Amino acid sequence: MVSSRTRIEIISGLLILIGVGLMLYKVFVLGFPLAPGEYRDVWTIEGKISFKPADGPVEVELKLPRSQAGWEIVDEHFASSGFGFDIRQHDDKRWAVWSRSSLEQPTTLYYKAQASRLSNQGLPERAPRPPVEPMLETDQLAATDRLVEVISAKSSGPERFTALLIQSLLPGASDPDAQFLLSTWEEERHRVILAVLGRAGIPANEIRGIRLEDGRRRQTLSALIEIHNGKDWVVFDPETAQPGLPEGFFVWQRRGKEILSVVGARDSRLEFALVSNSLPARTVAVMGDRAEEIALLDFSIYSLPVEQQGVFKGLLLIPVAALVVVIMRLLVGISTSGTFMPILIALAFMQTSLWLGLAIFLGLVSAGLVIRSWLSHMNLLLVSRISAVVIVVIFLMAALAILSYRMGLDQVLTVTYFPTIILAWTIERMSILWEEEGPHEVLVQGGGSLLVAVLAYAAMSSKLVSHLTFNFPELTLSLLGIILLLGKYTGYRLSELYRFRNMGDAG
Amino acid sequence: MISLASPAALRRRGIMGMNERNVGYIGRYNPRRNYPLVDNKLKTKQAAGDLGIAVPALHGVVQYQHQVRKVTTMLEGLDGFVIKPAQGSGGKGILVVVGRHGDRYIKSSGQEIEADEVRRHVSNVLAGLHSLGGRNDVAMIEALIDFDPELAEYSYEGVPDLRVIAFRGVPVMAMMRCATHDSDGKANLHQGAVGVGLDIGSGRAVRAVQHGQLVERHPDTGAEFASLVIPHWGQVLDLAARCVEMTGLQYLGADVVLDKHRGPMLLELNARPGLAIQVANQAGLRHRLVVAAQIAEQTDDHDTRIALARKYFAG
Repeated sequence: MVSSRTRIEIISGLLILIGVGLMLYKVFVLGFPLAPGEYRDVWTIEGKISFKPADGPVEVELKLPRSQAGWEIVDEHFASSGFGFDIRQHDDKRWAVWSRSSLEQPTTLYYKAQASRLSNQGLPERAPRPPVEPMLETDQLAATDRLVEVISAKSSGPERFTALLIQSLLPGASDPDAQFLLSTWEEERHRVILAVLGRAGIPANEIRGIRLEDGRRRQTLSALIEIHNGKDWVVFDPETAQPGLPEGFFVWQRRGKEILSVVGARDSRLEFALVSNSLPARTVAVMGDRAEEIALLDFSIYSLPVEQQGVFKGLLLIPVAALVVVIMRLLVGISTSGTFMPILIALAFMQTSLWLGLAIFLGLVSAGLVIRSWLSHMNLLLVSRISAVVIVVIFLMAALAILSYRMGLDQVLTVTYFPTIILAWTIERMSILWEEEGPHEVLVQGGGSLLVAVLAYAAMSSKLVSHLTFNFPELTLSLLGIILLLGKYTGYRLSELYRFRNMGDAG
Repeated sequence: MISLASPAALRRRGIMGMNERNVGYIGRYNPRRNYPLVDNKLKTKQAAGDLGIAVPALHGVVQYQHQVRKVTTMLEGLDGFVIKPAQGSGGKGILVVVGRHGDRYIKSSGQEIEADEVRRHVSNVLAGLHSLGGRNDVAMIEALIDFDPELAEYSYEGVPDLRVIAFRGVPVMAMMRCATHDSDGKANLHQGAVGVGLDIGSGRAVRAVQHGQLVERHPDTGAEFASLVIPHWGQVLDLAARCVEMTGLQYLGADVVLDKHRGPMLLELNARPGLAIQVANQAGLRHRLVVAAQIAEQTDDHDTRIALARKYFAG
């Protein structure tokens, strides 16, 4: 029978070795970068195809995006939930095809791509097709012709024409023909633009893609307009009339039919969830090159659904904060009020930025202490007193937010990231401490908690630490091993060397 | 420059640190399930009473909020009394009333309070204001200790109490804690009370420390510590050692007070006794704990263990 100390030492040793070993393997064999180095934004685009059952067999076809305009698709995943699945290829176009003989309930299929924009190049050249004459009603035709005439008179070439056309169709523009066209069309504005361009004899087509917004859910496809000016293709944004491919627009397809076709089902929808991660350039390269060969990558955080990735970005930092708390308490001997309060405060600091967070925290706690001391004169029962403090804290937070917003200090709005309960408990504990042990002890414990929180914040906000925890989550095992080992540490704390300072020498 | 002791020097002197106490002694020798017996003073009192260990008399217990109104009737006929939470920690929430002035109560500090304030105190106790983890609690009304006049001059306002650390039935180290004006009548060393290290062999004071500095006399009363000898010393050690058997906790601190009429009485027990006792004695616990373990291995007999402890730990 081994003693519990040896057992813990063996377990911790193993955990530390596994963590560090996996990390070294990823660094030296798979080529993951150890230092943060150059970063690149990688967008995880999760397409969600949902539909309701109808009679007969179901077939869903999704046109897949390809790497173009500097976008590189580094990784793709499909979720097929009981459907037959296949990728169909024709020339350089690809479709994902899901099929099933019958369907009973509403179903959702997923397609997830990770894409990164490696360079800012434009769309590749290709031959224009002749303009397409739109099919219009007589009154629409008349309005279109008038509009073409008016804008042609004002413009010097196809590019200028397109810009003016888009402007005249923007909400709030005054051209009566343009407004009439918009009102008779049931579809989106870019269809109107395409029709007018077709009537004017300018080769044009639409580009479908996604406007990227970090953390956005339920985003739908948007369209851009592309025209040929005789020499080059020029892209226009129908929302702004600006020429050029907008930043943060992921090109799904140029020209061509619908992206999604669903047969044998109804009410089909295509929506996207988007998350941006800042990843080391070399990791992106590794993922692109070798994603298929390396099983380990399938178990990395990157393989999780988009929303969970974002959550884990933060969660994986908590073990680091826990290690800071353990070290400060067991090795240094700083007393904090509660074990996890410093971690929670540090998490709030991550959202608010340090100095502002400190100011808000100290401000709220001291205001709360004043109010709480007034409440304590009224001889209330403990539960209702704490509840009263919670309510008062919420009022203070609201007041602070409104006041600062009025004064134009938007940053103070982050006050909402402080957990109300933590604030209320802090106020309650500090005021009890004040009554019983005096202000000195409040300073010692409150200061200790804040100091540890600030250190934990420093550790968590370090670029290197977040790089390591997110890219090498196995290091969490090593942290666990270290924390277990510290649990068996029986040496002196730094504070005890001070406390017993007079006892080291004398006989 | 802050002066620090070197870890090697502390280890040589046998000073025990918080981590070692937690892992090596409390975690190892004190089974968690036995904690409620010491954390709840009401249970401690009952268990001690069953074993014939002397404790301050219990006048009553307030369990529910609706009983708070009747507290004053419970207090009728009592000149002095103590109200404390059954699960209080660190001496918090103890109200000591030493006499009356008409309808008003006189606290040990001399301050007079209304009956309302007594009720509010009881109500706070019930709500768990002073208790470990803020749990709901009950309030105990105890007899005021009529403390031994020999010790009276060593304390300012509060009651001087004795802390004995016992390990596996062997008393290991002891101190007396004397309240001072600085400590506001409380017996906590870190608040400025004087800790007097006591010789396990004789009950004689070996040294006295306030704020980490050696002192000769009590700062408020001027009493000289060199002449202090604790009366009934044998009984004090006996009582502390028996608490180990009573609780099943092998490493504990017993707080004992000396009553003029009834001698040493157990005030409360502590499953996590602090380390300040080392400062009061200017000596470390580690070497003594090793010796105590040897004594415990040698003999099972209660009296022999105490006798051996008095022999080995005599200063």
